[in-house]
Amino acid sequence: MTDMSMAVDIQEAPASLRLDAVSFEHRGQTLLEDVSLTLSTTGKTLIMGPNGAGKSLLMRLAHGLLQPSRGQVQWPAGQPRQAMVFQRPVLLRRSALANLTYTLKINAVPRAKRRALAQEALEHFGLAAMAKRPARVLSGGEQQRLALARAWLISPEVLFLDEPTAALDPAAIKAVEDAIADFHHRGTRIVMTSHDLHQARRLADEVIFLCNGRLVEHSKAETFFSAARSAEARAFVKGELVW
Amino acid sequence: MSTSGMTASALHSDSALYTALALVIDMDPALVDIVGLSLRVSLSAVLTAALIGLPLGAALALWRLPGRGMVIVALNALMGLPPVVAGLGVYLLLSRAGPLGELGLLFTPSAMIIAQVVLVLPIIAALARQLVEELWGEYREQLTSFGLSRACAIPTLLWDARFGLITVVLAGFGRASAEVGAVLIVGGNIDGVTRVMTTAIALETSKGNLPLALGLGIVLLSLVALVNGAAYVIGEAARRRLG
Repeated sequence: MTDMSMAVDIQEAPASLRLDAVSFEHRGQTLLEDVSLTLSTTGKTLIMGPNGAGKSLLMRLAHGLLQPSRGQVQWPAGQPRQAMVFQRPVLLRRSALANLTYTLKINAVPRAKRRALAQEALEHFGLAAMAKRPARVLSGGEQQRLALARAWLISPEVLFLDEPTAALDPAAIKAVEDAIADFHHRGTRIVMTSHDLHQARRLADEVIFLCNGRLVEHSKAETFFSAARSAEARAFVKGELVW
Repeated sequence: MSTSGMTASALHSDSALYTALALVIDMDPALVDIVGLSLRVSLSAVLTAALIGLPLGAALALWRLPGRGMVIVALNALMGLPPVVAGLGVYLLLSRAGPLGELGLLFTPSAMIIAQVVLVLPIIAALARQLVEELWGEYREQLTSFGLSRACAIPTLLWDARFGLITVVLAGFGRASAEVGAVLIVGGNIDGVTRVMTTAIALETSKGNLPLALGLGIVLLSLVALVNGAAYVIGEAARRRLG
Protein backbone atom coordinates (compact mmCIF):
# COMPACT_ATOMS: atom_id res chain seq x y z
CA MET A 1 0.00 0.00 0.00
CA THR A 2 1.41 3.35 -0.96
CA ASP A 3 0.10 6.87 -0.93
CA MET A 4 0.01 6.80 -4.73
CA SER A 5 -2.30 3.82 -4.92
CA MET A 6 -4.67 5.43 -2.45
CA ALA A 7 -4.67 8.65 -4.36
CA VAL A 8 -5.50 6.90 -7.61
CA ASP A 9 -8.31 5.04 -5.92
CA ILE A 10 -10.24 8.04 -4.67
CA GLN A 11 -9.14 10.98 -6.75
CA GLU A 12 -11.91 11.65 -9.24
CA ALA A 13 -12.93 15.22 -8.53
CA PRO A 14 -10.32 18.01 -8.31
CA ALA A 15 -8.31 18.25 -5.12
CA SER A 16 -9.77 20.39 -2.39
CA LEU A 17 -7.49 19.66 0.55
CA ARG A 18 -3.99 18.28 0.50
CA LEU A 19 -2.02 17.08 3.52
CA ASP A 20 1.64 16.73 2.76
CA ALA A 21 3.67 14.56 5.19
CA VAL A 22 1.85 16.07 8.15
CA SER A 23 3.07 15.18 11.63
CA PHE A 24 1.90 16.47 14.97
CA GLU A 25 3.84 16.25 18.19
CA HIS A 26 2.79 17.20 21.67
CA ARG A 27 5.20 17.20 24.61
CA GLY A 28 7.67 15.05 22.76
CA GLN A 29 5.09 12.49 21.79
CA THR A 30 4.25 11.94 18.15
CA LEU A 31 0.48 11.80 17.93
CA LEU A 32 0.21 11.87 14.16
CA GLU A 33 3.00 10.79 11.89
CA ASP A 34 3.70 11.49 8.27
CA VAL A 35 0.13 11.65 7.00
CA SER A 36 -0.23 12.49 3.32
CA LEU A 37 -3.61 12.51 1.66
CA THR A 38 -5.76 14.41 -0.78
CA LEU A 39 -9.46 15.10 -0.43
CA SER A 40 -11.61 15.81 -3.47
CA THR A 41 -14.10 18.68 -3.55
CA THR A 42 -17.20 16.52 -3.19
CA GLY A 43 -18.45 13.60 -1.18
CA LYS A 44 -18.54 12.39 2.40
CA THR A 45 -15.35 11.20 4.03
CA LEU A 46 -15.41 9.29 7.28
CA ILE A 47 -12.26 9.30 9.37
CA MET A 48 -12.24 6.06 11.32
CA GLY A 49 -10.01 4.24 13.72
CA PRO A 50 -9.76 3.11 17.32
CA ASN A 51 -9.58 5.60 20.21
CA GLY A 52 -6.34 7.55 20.22
CA ALA A 53 -5.71 6.88 16.55
CA GLY A 54 -5.57 10.61 15.84
CA LYS A 55 -8.95 11.09 14.15
CA SER A 56 -9.94 14.31 15.89
CA LEU A 57 -6.40 15.57 15.63
CA LEU A 58 -6.32 15.03 11.88
CA MET A 59 -9.58 16.93 11.55
CA ARG A 60 -8.35 19.83 13.70
CA LEU A 61 -5.21 20.08 11.58
CA ALA A 62 -7.28 20.08 8.40
CA HIS A 63 -9.64 22.73 9.77
CA GLY A 64 -6.73 24.86 10.91
CA LEU A 65 -7.42 24.73 14.65
CA LEU A 66 -3.95 23.25 15.11
CA GLN A 67 -0.75 23.74 13.19
CA PRO A 68 1.25 20.66 12.18
CA SER A 69 4.68 20.16 13.74
CA ARG A 70 5.96 19.10 10.33
CA GLY A 71 4.46 18.96 6.87
CA GLN A 72 1.84 21.13 5.26
CA VAL A 73 -1.91 21.47 5.07
CA GLN A 74 -2.91 23.08 1.80
CA TRP A 75 -6.08 24.09 0.06
CA PRO A 76 -4.86 24.19 -3.57
CA ALA A 77 -7.93 26.05 -4.82
CA GLY A 78 -7.84 28.52 -1.94
CA GLN A 79 -9.32 28.43 1.56
CA PRO A 80 -12.96 27.36 1.34
CA ARG A 81 -15.67 28.52 3.72
CA GLN A 82 -15.58 25.92 6.43
CA ALA A 83 -17.34 25.09 9.64
CA MET A 84 -16.85 22.50 12.33
CA VAL A 85 -19.33 20.71 14.56
CA PHE A 86 -17.85 19.28 17.75
CA GLN A 87 -18.75 16.18 19.73
CA ARG A 88 -19.94 18.41 22.55
CA PRO A 89 -21.44 21.46 20.90
CA VAL A 90 -20.01 24.72 22.21
CA LEU A 91 -22.98 27.03 22.42
CA LEU A 92 -22.83 30.59 23.64
CA ARG A 93 -24.61 31.58 26.84
CA ARG A 94 -27.48 33.16 24.97
CA SER A 95 -30.79 32.08 23.45
CA ALA A 96 -30.86 29.61 20.57
CA LEU A 97 -31.82 32.43 18.21
CA ALA A 98 -29.05 34.70 19.54
CA ASN A 99 -26.51 31.94 18.92
CA LEU A 100 -27.47 32.02 15.26
CA THR A 101 -27.67 35.80 14.87
CA TYR A 102 -24.21 35.96 16.48
CA THR A 103 -22.81 33.74 13.72
CA LEU A 104 -24.39 35.96 11.09
CA LYS A 105 -23.00 39.05 12.78
CA ILE A 106 -19.40 37.80 12.78
CA ASN A 107 -19.88 36.86 9.14
CA ALA A 108 -20.83 40.46 8.39
CA VAL A 109 -24.45 39.78 7.46
CA PRO A 110 -26.41 43.07 7.70
CA ARG A 111 -28.36 43.38 10.94
CA ALA A 112 -31.72 43.68 9.18
CA LYS A 113 -31.36 40.29 7.56
CA ARG A 114 -30.04 38.33 10.55
CA ARG A 115 -33.24 37.53 12.39
CA ALA A 116 -35.11 36.17 9.40
CA LEU A 117 -32.19 34.00 8.31
CA ALA A 118 -31.74 32.67 11.84
CA GLN A 119 -35.45 31.87 12.15
CA GLU A 120 -35.34 30.09 8.83
CA ALA A 121 -32.41 27.94 9.98
CA LEU A 122 -34.14 27.14 13.26
CA GLU A 123 -37.21 26.00 11.34
CA HIS A 124 -35.11 23.95 8.96
CA PHE A 125 -33.63 22.07 11.89
CA GLY A 126 -36.91 21.71 13.78
CA LEU A 127 -35.93 24.16 16.49
CA ALA A 128 -38.39 26.99 15.83
CA ALA A 129 -40.14 26.42 19.16
CA MET A 130 -36.85 26.72 21.04
CA ALA A 131 -35.85 30.11 19.58
CA LYS A 132 -36.07 32.00 22.87
CA ARG A 133 -34.75 29.22 25.09
CA PRO A 134 -31.20 29.55 26.42
CA ALA A 135 -29.10 27.36 24.14
CA ARG A 136 -27.31 25.59 26.95
CA VAL A 137 -30.43 24.17 28.58
CA LEU A 138 -31.54 22.43 25.37
CA SER A 139 -31.23 18.65 25.21
CA GLY A 140 -28.08 17.10 23.77
CA GLY A 141 -29.78 16.36 20.45
CA GLU A 142 -31.27 19.85 20.22
CA GLN A 143 -27.91 21.41 21.02
CA GLN A 144 -26.24 19.42 18.27
CA ARG A 145 -28.96 20.42 15.80
CA LEU A 146 -28.44 24.05 16.83
CA ALA A 147 -24.72 23.65 16.17
CA LEU A 148 -25.60 22.26 12.73
CA ALA A 149 -28.01 25.13 12.11
CA ARG A 150 -25.21 27.53 12.99
CA ALA A 151 -22.96 25.86 10.44
CA TRP A 152 -25.82 25.85 7.91
CA LEU A 153 -26.06 29.65 8.08
CA ILE A 154 -22.60 30.19 6.66
CA SER A 155 -23.17 27.76 3.76
CA PRO A 156 -19.84 26.04 4.27
CA GLU A 157 -18.05 24.48 1.34
CA VAL A 158 -16.46 22.05 3.77
CA LEU A 159 -18.08 20.83 6.98
CA PHE A 160 -16.01 19.02 9.60
CA LEU A 161 -17.87 16.95 12.17
CA ASP A 162 -16.06 15.43 15.13
CA GLU A 163 -18.05 12.46 16.45
CA PRO A 164 -21.22 14.55 16.23
CA THR A 165 -23.49 11.73 17.38
CA ALA A 166 -21.31 10.08 20.03
CA ALA A 167 -23.46 11.15 22.97
CA LEU A 168 -26.90 11.02 21.35
CA ASP A 169 -29.86 8.64 21.37
CA PRO A 170 -31.02 6.97 18.13
CA ALA A 171 -33.69 9.56 17.28
CA ALA A 172 -31.20 12.40 17.73
CA ILE A 173 -28.61 10.47 15.71
CA LYS A 174 -31.14 10.15 12.89
CA ALA A 175 -31.80 13.90 12.98
CA VAL A 176 -28.08 14.67 12.79
CA GLU A 177 -27.53 12.21 9.94
CA ASP A 178 -30.47 13.74 8.04
CA ALA A 179 -28.91 17.15 8.54
CA ILE A 180 -25.60 15.87 7.22
CA ALA A 181 -27.45 14.56 4.14
CA ASP A 182 -28.97 18.05 3.71
CA PHE A 183 -25.54 19.63 3.78
CA HIS A 184 -24.33 17.04 1.28
CA HIS A 185 -27.20 17.76 -1.10
CA ARG A 186 -26.39 21.43 -0.92
CA GLY A 187 -22.91 20.60 -2.16
CA THR A 188 -21.02 20.80 1.12
CA ARG A 189 -17.97 18.60 1.39
CA ILE A 190 -18.41 16.41 4.49
CA VAL A 191 -15.47 15.27 6.61
CA MET A 192 -16.48 13.44 9.74
CA THR A 193 -14.96 11.24 12.41
CA SER A 194 -16.84 8.31 13.84
CA HIS A 195 -16.07 5.04 15.51
CA ASP A 196 -19.55 3.70 14.76
CA LEU A 197 -19.23 1.20 11.91
CA HIS A 198 -22.95 1.18 11.15
CA GLN A 199 -23.02 4.92 10.86
CA ALA A 200 -19.95 4.86 8.65
CA ARG A 201 -21.59 2.35 6.33
CA ARG A 202 -24.68 4.54 6.10
CA LEU A 203 -22.82 7.76 5.39
CA ALA A 204 -19.39 7.23 3.94
CA ASP A 205 -18.38 7.69 0.32
CA GLU A 206 -14.78 7.15 1.33
CA VAL A 207 -12.96 6.17 4.47
CA ILE A 208 -9.71 7.38 5.97
CA PHE A 209 -8.54 4.77 8.46
CA LEU A 210 -6.02 5.77 11.11
CA CYS A 211 -4.27 3.58 13.62
CA ASN A 212 -1.69 4.73 16.19
CA GLY A 213 -1.30 8.11 14.55
CA ARG A 214 -0.60 6.69 11.11
CA LEU A 215 -2.69 6.71 7.98
CA VAL A 216 -3.32 3.05 7.30
CA GLU A 217 -5.92 3.22 4.59
CA HIS A 218 -7.73 5.76 2.44
CA SER A 219 -10.20 4.18 0.07
CA LYS A 220 -13.73 4.18 -1.26
CA ALA A 221 -16.27 3.07 1.32
CA GLU A 222 -17.30 -0.12 -0.46
CA THR A 223 -13.67 -1.15 -0.85
CA PHE A 224 -12.94 -0.39 2.78
CA PHE A 225 -15.87 -2.36 4.16
CA SER A 226 -15.61 -5.36 1.82
CA ALA A 227 -11.97 -5.66 0.92
CA ALA A 228 -9.75 -3.52 3.11
CA ARG A 229 -6.13 -3.85 2.20
CA SER A 230 -4.58 -3.67 5.65
CA ALA A 231 -4.95 -6.27 8.38
CA GLU A 232 -5.79 -3.54 10.92
CA ALA A 233 -8.66 -2.20 8.83
CA ARG A 234 -10.03 -5.68 8.16
CA ALA A 235 -9.96 -6.42 11.88
CA PHE A 236 -11.60 -3.05 12.64
CA VAL A 237 -14.37 -3.69 10.12
CA LYS A 238 -15.03 -7.08 11.71
CA GLY A 239 -15.37 -5.35 15.05
CA GLU A 240 -12.22 -6.79 16.53
CA LEU A 241 -10.01 -4.83 18.86
CA VAL A 242 -7.26 -3.03 17.01
CA TRP A 243 -4.09 -1.58 18.47
CA MET B 1 -32.66 67.03 62.85
CA SER B 2 -29.09 68.23 62.70
CA THR B 3 -26.35 66.23 64.33
CA SER B 4 -23.94 69.03 64.94
CA GLY B 5 -25.42 70.14 68.21
CA MET B 6 -25.65 66.68 69.60
CA THR B 7 -23.63 66.12 72.75
CA ALA B 8 -22.35 62.60 72.54
CA SER B 9 -21.20 62.32 76.09
CA ALA B 10 -24.81 62.37 77.26
CA LEU B 11 -25.75 59.42 75.14
CA HIS B 12 -26.02 55.90 76.31
CA SER B 13 -25.27 53.39 73.56
CA ASP B 14 -28.90 52.16 73.49
CA SER B 15 -30.22 55.62 72.95
CA ALA B 16 -27.39 56.14 70.45
CA LEU B 17 -28.80 53.30 68.38
CA TYR B 18 -32.31 54.82 68.47
CA THR B 19 -30.98 58.20 67.53
CA ALA B 20 -29.00 56.58 64.73
CA LEU B 21 -32.12 54.87 63.37
CA ALA B 22 -33.98 58.16 63.60
CA LEU B 23 -31.19 59.84 61.60
CA VAL B 24 -31.51 57.18 58.91
CA ILE B 25 -35.31 57.21 58.81
CA ASP B 26 -35.55 61.02 58.84
CA MET B 27 -32.93 61.22 56.07
CA ASP B 28 -30.75 63.57 58.09
CA PRO B 29 -29.14 66.03 55.63
CA ALA B 30 -25.61 65.57 56.98
CA LEU B 31 -25.99 61.82 56.69
CA VAL B 32 -27.53 62.02 53.21
CA ASP B 33 -24.67 64.24 52.00
CA ILE B 34 -22.07 61.83 53.28
CA VAL B 35 -23.84 58.77 51.82
CA GLY B 36 -24.30 60.57 48.52
CA LEU B 37 -20.61 61.47 48.25
CA SER B 38 -19.60 57.94 49.22
CA LEU B 39 -21.75 56.48 46.48
CA ARG B 40 -20.53 59.01 43.94
CA VAL B 41 -16.88 58.31 44.71
CA SER B 42 -17.14 54.52 44.93
CA LEU B 43 -19.44 54.09 41.93
CA SER B 44 -17.24 56.31 39.76
CA ALA B 45 -14.17 54.40 40.88
CA VAL B 46 -15.77 51.01 40.22
CA LEU B 47 -17.09 52.09 36.83
CA THR B 48 -13.67 53.38 35.80
CA ALA B 49 -11.92 50.28 37.14
CA ALA B 50 -14.40 48.02 35.31
CA LEU B 51 -13.95 49.87 32.01
CA ILE B 52 -10.19 49.35 32.26
CA GLY B 53 -10.05 46.11 34.24
CA LEU B 54 -12.48 43.93 32.30
CA PRO B 55 -10.78 44.24 28.88
CA LEU B 56 -7.38 44.14 30.61
CA GLY B 57 -8.27 40.91 32.40
CA ALA B 58 -9.64 39.39 29.20
CA ALA B 59 -6.53 40.37 27.25
CA LEU B 60 -4.34 38.81 29.94
CA ALA B 61 -6.42 35.65 29.73
CA LEU B 62 -5.96 35.33 25.99
CA TRP B 63 -2.44 36.44 25.27
CA ARG B 64 0.59 34.31 25.91
CA LEU B 65 3.25 36.96 26.25
CA PRO B 66 6.59 36.63 27.98
CA GLY B 67 6.23 37.87 31.53
CA ARG B 68 2.55 37.10 31.59
CA GLY B 69 2.96 34.96 34.70
CA MET B 70 4.66 37.82 36.51
CA VAL B 71 1.86 40.21 35.61
CA ILE B 72 -0.74 37.76 36.89
CA VAL B 73 1.11 37.20 40.17
CA ALA B 74 1.55 40.95 40.60
CA LEU B 75 -2.13 41.54 39.89
CA ASN B 76 -3.19 38.84 42.34
CA ALA B 77 -0.88 40.28 44.97
CA LEU B 78 -2.27 43.77 44.40
CA MET B 79 -5.73 42.45 45.26
CA GLY B 80 -4.48 42.57 48.83
CA LEU B 81 -2.95 46.04 48.51
CA PRO B 82 -3.48 47.84 51.85
CA PRO B 83 -5.70 50.89 51.24
CA VAL B 84 -3.37 53.16 53.21
CA VAL B 85 -0.50 52.19 50.93
CA ALA B 86 -2.61 52.87 47.83
CA GLY B 87 -3.58 56.18 49.44
CA LEU B 88 0.02 57.04 50.14
CA GLY B 89 1.03 56.27 46.55
CA VAL B 90 -1.73 58.45 45.10
CA TYR B 91 -0.95 61.14 47.69
CA LEU B 92 2.67 61.27 46.55
CA LEU B 93 1.56 61.48 42.92
CA LEU B 94 -0.95 64.26 43.53
CA SER B 95 0.82 66.28 46.21
CA ARG B 96 2.08 69.72 45.25
CA ALA B 97 5.62 68.40 44.64
CA GLY B 98 4.46 65.21 42.95
CA PRO B 99 4.40 64.52 39.19
CA LEU B 100 0.67 65.27 38.97
CA GLY B 101 0.70 68.02 41.56
CA GLU B 102 -0.17 70.73 39.06
CA LEU B 103 -3.60 69.25 38.55
CA GLY B 104 -4.49 70.33 42.07
CA LEU B 105 -6.53 67.25 42.71
CA LEU B 106 -5.35 66.44 46.23
CA PHE B 107 -8.12 66.64 48.84
CA THR B 108 -10.86 66.53 46.22
CA PRO B 109 -13.35 63.76 45.42
CA SER B 110 -11.39 63.17 42.17
CA ALA B 111 -8.34 62.19 44.19
CA MET B 112 -10.49 59.76 46.19
CA ILE B 113 -11.83 58.24 42.98
CA ILE B 114 -8.28 57.78 41.67
CA ALA B 115 -7.17 56.11 44.90
CA GLN B 116 -10.14 53.75 44.83
CA VAL B 117 -9.53 52.90 41.16
CA VAL B 118 -6.01 51.86 42.21
CA LEU B 119 -7.53 49.63 44.87
CA VAL B 120 -10.32 48.12 42.79
CA LEU B 121 -8.62 47.73 39.41
CA PRO B 122 -6.44 44.76 40.46
CA ILE B 123 -9.46 42.93 41.89
CA ILE B 124 -11.54 43.38 38.75
CA ALA B 125 -8.69 42.62 36.35
CA ALA B 126 -7.42 39.57 38.24
CA LEU B 127 -10.84 37.98 38.74
CA ALA B 128 -11.94 38.81 35.20
CA ARG B 129 -8.74 37.21 33.92
CA GLN B 130 -9.58 34.02 35.78
CA LEU B 131 -13.20 33.88 34.60
CA VAL B 132 -12.40 34.71 30.99
CA GLU B 133 -9.54 32.22 30.89
CA GLU B 134 -11.88 29.44 32.01
CA LEU B 135 -14.44 30.43 29.41
CA TRP B 136 -11.77 30.71 26.72
CA GLY B 137 -10.75 27.14 27.49
CA GLU B 138 -14.28 26.12 26.64
CA TYR B 139 -14.83 28.46 23.68
CA ARG B 140 -11.39 28.54 22.08
CA GLU B 141 -11.86 25.89 19.41
CA GLN B 142 -15.34 27.07 18.49
CA LEU B 143 -14.40 30.74 18.23
CA THR B 144 -11.24 29.88 16.30
CA SER B 145 -13.38 27.74 14.01
CA PHE B 146 -15.60 30.80 13.45
CA GLY B 147 -12.47 32.55 12.23
CA LEU B 148 -12.43 35.07 15.10
CA SER B 149 -9.11 36.54 16.09
CA ARG B 150 -8.27 36.69 19.79
CA ALA B 151 -8.89 40.42 19.91
CA CYS B 152 -12.31 39.96 18.33
CA ALA B 153 -13.10 37.18 20.80
CA ILE B 154 -12.79 39.52 23.80
CA PRO B 155 -16.24 41.17 23.55
CA THR B 156 -17.86 37.75 23.07
CA LEU B 157 -16.08 36.30 26.09
CA LEU B 158 -16.87 39.30 28.29
CA TRP B 159 -20.52 39.15 27.31
CA ASP B 160 -20.80 35.41 27.88
CA ALA B 161 -19.06 35.70 31.26
CA ARG B 162 -21.35 38.61 32.14
CA PHE B 163 -23.02 37.10 35.21
CA GLY B 164 -19.74 36.07 36.78
CA LEU B 165 -18.30 39.47 35.92
CA ILE B 166 -21.18 41.31 37.59
CA THR B 167 -20.21 39.52 40.81
CA VAL B 168 -16.61 40.58 40.22
CA VAL B 169 -17.61 44.21 39.79
CA LEU B 170 -19.77 44.03 42.91
CA ALA B 171 -16.81 42.63 44.83
CA GLY B 172 -14.87 45.66 43.62
CA PHE B 173 -17.65 47.92 44.82
CA GLY B 174 -17.58 46.21 48.20
CA ARG B 175 -13.88 46.90 48.50
CA ALA B 176 -14.25 50.54 47.40
CA SER B 177 -17.15 51.39 49.69
CA ALA B 178 -15.64 49.69 52.74
CA GLU B 179 -12.09 51.05 52.68
CA VAL B 180 -11.13 54.02 54.80
CA GLY B 181 -7.34 54.40 54.55
CA ALA B 182 -7.01 55.56 50.95
CA VAL B 183 -9.83 58.11 50.93
CA LEU B 184 -8.68 59.45 54.29
CA ILE B 185 -5.16 60.13 53.05
CA VAL B 186 -5.96 61.63 49.65
CA GLY B 187 -9.33 63.17 50.56
CA GLY B 188 -8.44 64.55 53.94
CA ASN B 189 -11.94 63.96 55.40
CA ILE B 190 -12.98 67.57 54.86
CA ASP B 191 -16.52 68.20 56.10
CA GLY B 192 -18.92 68.64 53.21
CA VAL B 193 -16.19 68.15 50.60
CA THR B 194 -14.42 64.84 50.97
CA ARG B 195 -16.09 63.23 53.96
CA VAL B 196 -17.44 59.81 53.09
CA MET B 197 -19.11 57.16 55.21
CA THR B 198 -16.03 55.30 56.36
CA THR B 199 -13.96 58.37 57.23
CA ALA B 200 -16.98 59.93 58.92
CA ILE B 201 -17.52 56.81 61.02
CA ALA B 202 -13.88 56.84 62.12
CA LEU B 203 -14.01 60.54 62.96
CA GLU B 204 -17.41 60.59 64.67
CA THR B 205 -16.52 57.56 66.75
CA SER B 206 -13.32 59.18 67.95
CA LYS B 207 -15.28 62.35 68.72
CA GLY B 208 -17.80 60.29 70.67
CA ASN B 209 -20.68 61.18 68.32
CA LEU B 210 -22.01 57.66 68.29
CA PRO B 211 -25.46 58.26 66.72
CA LEU B 212 -24.07 59.60 63.44
CA ALA B 213 -21.32 56.96 63.43
CA LEU B 214 -23.87 54.23 64.03
CA GLY B 215 -26.33 55.66 61.53
CA LEU B 216 -23.61 55.68 58.88
CA GLY B 217 -22.61 52.18 59.95
CA ILE B 218 -26.17 50.98 59.44
CA VAL B 219 -26.34 52.51 55.97
CA LEU B 220 -22.93 51.08 55.05
CA LEU B 221 -23.85 47.61 56.30
CA SER B 222 -27.18 47.70 54.48
CA LEU B 223 -25.41 48.75 51.33
CA VAL B 224 -22.90 45.91 51.60
CA ALA B 225 -25.71 43.45 52.35
CA LEU B 226 -27.65 44.75 49.36
CA VAL B 227 -24.64 44.35 47.09
CA ASN B 228 -24.02 40.81 48.27
CA GLY B 229 -27.68 39.94 47.97
CA ALA B 230 -27.70 41.26 44.43
CA ALA B 231 -24.60 39.24 43.58
CA TYR B 232 -26.20 36.08 44.95
CA VAL B 233 -29.53 36.60 43.18
CA ILE B 234 -27.87 37.38 39.86
CA GLY B 235 -25.56 34.36 40.13
CA GLU B 236 -28.40 31.99 40.97
CA ALA B 237 -30.64 33.34 38.23
CA ALA B 238 -27.84 32.94 35.70
CA ARG B 239 -27.18 29.35 36.75
CA ARG B 240 -30.83 28.48 36.48
CA ARG B 241 -31.47 30.24 33.19
CA LEU B 242 -28.35 29.65 31.21
CA GLY B 243 -27.21 26.24 32.41
